[in-house]
Amino acid sequence: MNYTIPTVDWSLVLPFALVALTGIVALIIETAHPKRDNGLIIGVSLTGLAATFVLLLTQLVLPPARTFGNMVLRDQFSVLLQLICVAATAVCFMFSDGYLREKKIAFGEFYPLTLWALSGAMVMVSTDNLLMLFVGLEILSIALYCLAGMSRSEARSEESALKYFLLGAFASAFLLYGIAFLFGASGSMSLPDIQKAVTGLTRDTLPMPVFGVMLVLVGLGFKASLVPFHQWTPDVYQGAPTNVTAFMAAVSKVAAFGALARVLVAAAPLHQYWFEALYWIAIATMCIGNLVALVQKDVKRALGYSSIAHAGYLLVALLAYTRDPDKVSLGTTVFYLIGYAAMTVGAFAVVSLAAKGDRDGSRYQDLHGLYRRAPFATVMLVLFLSSLIGIPPTVGFFGKQLIFLDALRTGLVPLAIVLAVNSAVSAYYYLQIMVAAFVSEEGAARPVSRKPGAGMTIGVCVCAAGVIFASLLGGYVQETTRTAALQAKPVPGRVQNQMEVINR
Amino acid sequence: MSASEIGFLALALLAVIGAAGVVLIDNPVRSALCLVLNFFVLGFIYFTLGAPMIGITQIMVYAGAIMVLFLFVIMMLKRQGAMAKPDKPDSRLGLAVVLGLALAVTVYATVIAPQGVTLPLGIKDYGTPQAVGVSLFTNFVWPFEVVSVLLLVGIVGSIMLAKRRI
Amino acid sequence: MQNEFIPLLLLMLVAAVICTAMVTLSWVLGPKKNTPYKASPYECGVQPAGNANERFPIKFYLVAILFVMFDIEVVFLWSWLTVFNSPLTGLDFKIFSFMEVLVYLSTWIVGYAYVVRVGAIDWDETTSLHPEKLGQTAQEAN
Repeated sequence: MNYTIPTVDWSLVLPFALVALTGIVALIIETAHPKRDNGLIIGVSLTGLAATFVLLLTQLVLPPARTFGNMVLRDQFSVLLQLICVAATAVCFMFSDGYLREKKIAFGEFYPLTLWALSGAMVMVSTDNLLMLFVGLEILSIALYCLAGMSRSEARSEESALKYFLLGAFASAFLLYGIAFLFGASGSMSLPDIQKAVTGLTRDTLPMPVFGVMLVLVGLGFKASLVPFHQWTPDVYQGAPTNVTAFMAAVSKVAAFGALARVLVAAAPLHQYWFEALYWIAIATMCIGNLVALVQKDVKRALGYSSIAHAGYLLVALLAYTRDPDKVSLGTTVFYLIGYAAMTVGAFAVVSLAAKGDRDGSRYQDLHGLYRRAPFATVMLVLFLSSLIGIPPTVGFFGKQLIFLDALRTGLVPLAIVLAVNSAVSAYYYLQIMVAAFVSEEGAARPVSRKPGAGMTIGVCVCAAGVIFASLLGGYVQETTRTAALQAKPVPGRVQNQMEVINR
Repeated sequence: MSASEIGFLALALLAVIGAAGVVLIDNPVRSALCLVLNFFVLGFIYFTLGAPMIGITQIMVYAGAIMVLFLFVIMMLKRQGAMAKPDKPDSRLGLAVVLGLALAVTVYATVIAPQGVTLPLGIKDYGTPQAVGVSLFTNFVWPFEVVSVLLLVGIVGSIMLAKRRI
Repeated sequence: MQNEFIPLLLLMLVAAVICTAMVTLSWVLGPKKNTPYKASPYECGVQPAGNANERFPIKFYLVAILFVMFDIEVVFLWSWLTVFNSPLTGLDFKIFSFMEVLVYLSTWIVGYAYVVRVGAIDWDETTSLHPEKLGQTAQEAN
């Protein structure tokens, strides 16, 4: 039987291994001392995350490489996305302890499960093989299904876990079906191979990969909460414990967009089939996300719709890139993801302060009096929300500006206009949240007691630093991803050839 | 029509009957048993495609273990026996049928009709346990390792959700 | 269709025919004297009490799901042991795959230790969250 033992460059998989191993160590600590508080577990987890972060920073300058039979790919794009995921998880851990204690669900298992979910996200972004993409997605999703239902005394948390699980399994089925079609059409699950295989297809053989790409986009669109597939987002964001929501909003979205970027690049030869569809999906995502958020009465739900809207903005950046990869860079997407992760995690961290007892206080009136209790955190909330609106000099503003310019440069003027209008509309509900935090406690539905702990303060500071200083990284991110981003750049010229093939 | 075509059609018919039974039968336990039929026949179809490894896994894991989970879930639910039917038919049912048919027609018109249908023929020794074993530990060794994390997530997550007293 | 599985298929067919014949023939040929007592479900010889369709505690489900998890881990090993000690593969493959399986199984062991430690397969135990986890001492909790 013919076989070759794959050559292995361990440095490529070391970040993943480190995170997964940290999770295992955390689980061992929990197994050894089930009756101790979670201090040691958090300490080990944060140390592991810090080590991974440093390791990834050292890998940022290395040239793109593959290993394990091309199952693992490390390029600047993947390293940057992994950095975002690791940092976002670390911040979630910092504010988790106080929140979980307040809700009396301080399970030691939360930390290993979250670390493994992170490792799944890291697998997803650091590969261009559809098989690995699927395995990573499943690790991330299954861990998140469990984490969303962690607060078992709340019916809403149970509901969110069930909804997320059922719809997520449905979306995974779409993704798998699409992968099967692409495999059938090209005989490979590696995206560069698929890209090569679909370029030379004729009218008769073309439907199969087109169908496959569409199904894959449905599956990933669910994860990224693009509009026809977004219905789970508000319910799950509202029902899940707030620290899980923060993790979900940041890491899950980064992973989904990382995978989406690679799939779209590989599907560039079929540009004409999916571009129009995604164009309208982007418009619908931005508009519906923001318009429905206007009438929400619940902070977490409103932020859920806001994350849908931001998925729309990110899709505009991706579309601009796939339309003309020479004029604009993928760095815009990466840069926006950095900002998005910082401001979303920060906002959810502060909102988690409204929890009281075993209930999640997340209605607008539950935020009343927050300014008295936690003046610093509330001021930071204002910062995060202004960044979400896109007020200069926050990262939200620069991110949106980049996307806007990209869209204009590649001739996607309607998308740019929709984006600008939506940013203005979104200010209304973000301001509502801000105002709620400053209203005094008198009219509040119930008194809130918890003061923010040190972890919360540090976590919020990290996010704030991200929101303020990430803008300095803009140029750097643009340059790094431009020089060595994706291995396979889309070739618009091929689309033209494809048209000729079709017309004949 | 060759013998293998007749064999495939017979198995495919059985699988479809099983799948239809899952949806159409009111009693959830009977519905689950129809699913067993479907899983079993699917295992046989894998055999005919020259993939005994996945065929045996299908019968062992799905028809065996996963079905136990299905039955446990049914037993844990409150309503037993025939589920109460809604008074009037669900209005979304029509929409679902129309959309499902539309999808089927789309798949047929865009994928199946232009390419034609050929009976899939397994390559010899393509899906034997030996072939799977060798490729699992050479080309696909990294997904194999990563899946161990997935299984660990499953173990820890299910215990976290099910074990704790509220 | 692969020929080496024809005997297996034949065996299954013969088994199915014999079983069906035994049940059907005894039903057709045997005398039928139905009494209500005979028609009731067998419950160790005593009068059956209550409905058989009771709700089950979740602990059964937990055991089943843990079984499935470990079952799937073993399925991967099965394909490995068909090639590990066979002339199909060389020494390099044996060493490489052995190392990989060690790594794979180490997570299995961690998972198993955790399962045993939290008492997930103990029948009569449920664990609530220890007060220490919430940063309280046992006295405070009471």
